[in-house]
Amino acid sequence: MKALIPTAAVLAVLAAVPLVVHSNVTLNFLVVALMIALAGQGWNILGGYGGQYSFGHAAFFGTGAYVTAILQMRYGINAWVGFAAGIAAGAVLGAVLGALTFRSGLRGSYFALVTLAFAEVLRIIASVAPITGAGVGTLIKLDLGIRNLQFQSRAAFYWIILALVGVSLVTAQLIERSRFGIWLIAVRENEDAAKALGVNVNGVKLAAMVMSAAITAAAGCFYAQYFLFVDSGIAYGTWISIQALLTPIIGGVGTVFGPLLGALVVKSLGEAAKLLTGDAPGLDLIIYGAVLVLVIWFTPRGLIGGLTQARKLLMRRSGPAAPSAGEARHG
Amino acid sequence: MAEPLLAVERVTCRFGGLLAVNEASLTASEGHITALIGPNGAGKTTLFSIISGFIKASGGAVRYAGEDITGEPPHRLARRGIARTFQIVQPFVGLSVRENILVGAHLHHRTRSAALAVADQIGHDVGLGEFLNRPADTLTVAGRKRLELARALATGPKVLLLDEVLAGLNPSEVRDIVPVIRDLCRRGITILMIEHVMQAVMSLAEHVFVLAEGRIIAQGPPAQVVADPVVVEAYLGRGAAAKLGTSYGR
Amino acid sequence: MLSPTILIPAILNGLLIGAIYALVALGLTLIYGVLHIINFAHGALLSAALFAAFFAFRLLGLDPYVAVVLLAPLFFALGYGLQRFIIGPASHGDERNMLLVTLGIAVIIENTLLYVFRADTRTIDVPYAFQTIDIGSTFLAVSRVVGFVAAFAVALALWLVMTFTDTGRAIRAVAKEKLGAELAGINVAHVYAVTFGLGTACVAIAACLLIPSYYVNPTVGDAFVLVAFTIVVLGGMGSVPGALVGALLIGVAESLSGLFLGESLGQIGIFLIFIVVLLVRPSGLFGARA
Repeated sequence: MKALIPTAAVLAVLAAVPLVVHSNVTLNFLVVALMIALAGQGWNILGGYGGQYSFGHAAFFGTGAYVTAILQMRYGINAWVGFAAGIAAGAVLGAVLGALTFRSGLRGSYFALVTLAFAEVLRIIASVAPITGAGVGTLIKLDLGIRNLQFQSRAAFYWIILALVGVSLVTAQLIERSRFGIWLIAVRENEDAAKALGVNVNGVKLAAMVMSAAITAAAGCFYAQYFLFVDSGIAYGTWISIQALLTPIIGGVGTVFGPLLGALVVKSLGEAAKLLTGDAPGLDLIIYGAVLVLVIWFTPRGLIGGLTQARKLLMRRSGPAAPSAGEARHG
Repeated sequence: MAEPLLAVERVTCRFGGLLAVNEASLTASEGHITALIGPNGAGKTTLFSIISGFIKASGGAVRYAGEDITGEPPHRLARRGIARTFQIVQPFVGLSVRENILVGAHLHHRTRSAALAVADQIGHDVGLGEFLNRPADTLTVAGRKRLELARALATGPKVLLLDEVLAGLNPSEVRDIVPVIRDLCRRGITILMIEHVMQAVMSLAEHVFVLAEGRIIAQGPPAQVVADPVVVEAYLGRGAAAKLGTSYGR
Repeated sequence: MLSPTILIPAILNGLLIGAIYALVALGLTLIYGVLHIINFAHGALLSAALFAAFFAFRLLGLDPYVAVVLLAPLFFALGYGLQRFIIGPASHGDERNMLLVTLGIAVIIENTLLYVFRADTRTIDVPYAFQTIDIGSTFLAVSRVVGFVAAFAVALALWLVMTFTDTGRAIRAVAKEKLGAELAGINVAHVYAVTFGLGTACVAIAACLLIPSYYVNPTVGDAFVLVAFTIVVLGGMGSVPGALVGALLIGVAESLSGLFLGESLGQIGIFLIFIVVLLVRPSGLFGARA
């Protein structure tokens, strides 16, 4: 339980933000950043801890978004139920996709490709199928009220997405400290060695995929409720897949806080770029791409890894660890 | 003699046109150390991979404690109590030594605390006590071999398949690790080992099987096997035994 | 509906477009065969090459078939530099990092094009744009026929380079056994970069062959590269003949499914082929790897 204190502290600080900040622009920025952090945390469970790099997490995001929207608009189902169903649908899709790919032994480039292809197939289907509203997309009718999970105030949405991020953080933390987590990491590091030690590699990967899909789908469900509109180009778009992997990689892949930190940094950089150059298309994305390459290049464990390393260096320089330097000289 | 704990029965393995293992049979009796030796490329590691479920045999059967376990996947075999090490050590490089062992320890211990206790105990047993917090990739070759052994032990095996745990070690390191292996046997773990370091085979194994070109060509107590002309020829080439017997050079 | 007067032109045109796909796929499969990664920047590089061919025509007045002499070496150098000085050092030898770095480069290139040139679609106007060749009952666009012939010429040239030159032998050695090649004194980083350069040069050639009858915008490469992924998977990752045959098959399949199903569903057809091949036979039709 003691291990959960930092998480609780971070969440408490973030939860206090709307009490101080009232600007809708700022809150909107934070809501979107947290939504991306949530999608990224989903990716992180499978990619960061499990080493399976998906290039198509939009498949889950989009499914969550569409299920939430379609159940409400076409079947008159309650928004909260639709939200939960969206998460469940994402999990089911994750199970199906995972069962297919892991059974075929796809990893590395192959896994990246097949996930990408699945997301593209779903995008194309969503852009022509009548049930998704085809090219027009699906609008959720504006009808404010807690029953419909629609709020006038950004702060309410902010707290909802923060709560979801909080659940995902605790999930990641519990995974890290569990048998499942160490098995998942073992699979990432070396599948054969893990098998020899009794790890059911495909089972572990599949479980990670389901959790991962559910979390990213939750981000999609939230997207639908927040923007009240879903279309195939956004929900199933490549850009969602890229952001889902960008945030944990930049923040710190396979760490609890990596996706959150990554999302805040990436989104801030994007906003800064927009402020500097006006609304020129592409510039923020150029910066994302450059940051991605630079982070992998210079701090492969992401910003969190970089910070940890810097702290170690500082501590070594400032005394208490001095004996180790002495040891090296003796050796 | 009681029924052997592990029995390989006429196992064959084909890779395309290559016959890697050809109707090989061997047994490992409970509580003993059995060695599998043979020249490079004889098919020893392939045979190990078949026993431990990593490769499917083209024919034959593997029996364990009286049950047919042919073709079972590795993680199930590990659960049954068959553990293996790899000739080319495969540490989880991103993890510490303790966490490496923990992966194995979790097989039969669900809670973190129980598994950690087992991992630490085994780490000390194999002589890695002071390295438990180190990243696994900072270990020396000898250290990595010990880690390989420790991880396998942490799964609580009844049978341990050791694939050249002594290869690449210097003589003093070999001397250090031999008693560790002997101690495992004393604790009731049945050991089947592939080994090239003959001095270790002679001192450890009670029974030796010789594999050459995929076939078991000889078996028996170590002293008897190394004197067998068939074995000498398998290692040194046809006619070698005769040459050694008469004179050397021309 | 299935009259030969419709079917035969569809098949022939499918073969012609398949040849251009082959060039794009050739670059991809070459890089996969040696570096064992999918180059996610391939599509963005194709977009960049199309822009280069476009401006060579507009600003320098170079016909695309002439510009290829300039652009192929230029893009070879670009690819070489990307791998040698960015992808290689940035990814620390980790396959997953390489995937991500190529993705990052793709994002950078694509959005730089978007930033500089905006999302507008452009075309060039060459005198032979609408010329056709009449074979029997079918008219074929001259530019597509040139593309077809050139694609095979490039494949042949590539095969000659790989088979008979020292560079080719070094590339094959690295592809087969990286460590052994390194021990034999081959500079692996250089060979990787040369391979990447060759793959990128293929893209430049494809762009020059494509631009007379096609258009360019910052994301045009994506559509091609997804098809190229399919081809590479279908033909077996790393297999050059596989890429050729796969490309022609996909070209024809696309042309026919477009005829019968309409365009968007035709696209799904390609992806379904892709997924099914990946799941059922990831080594592809011609792949040597099990």
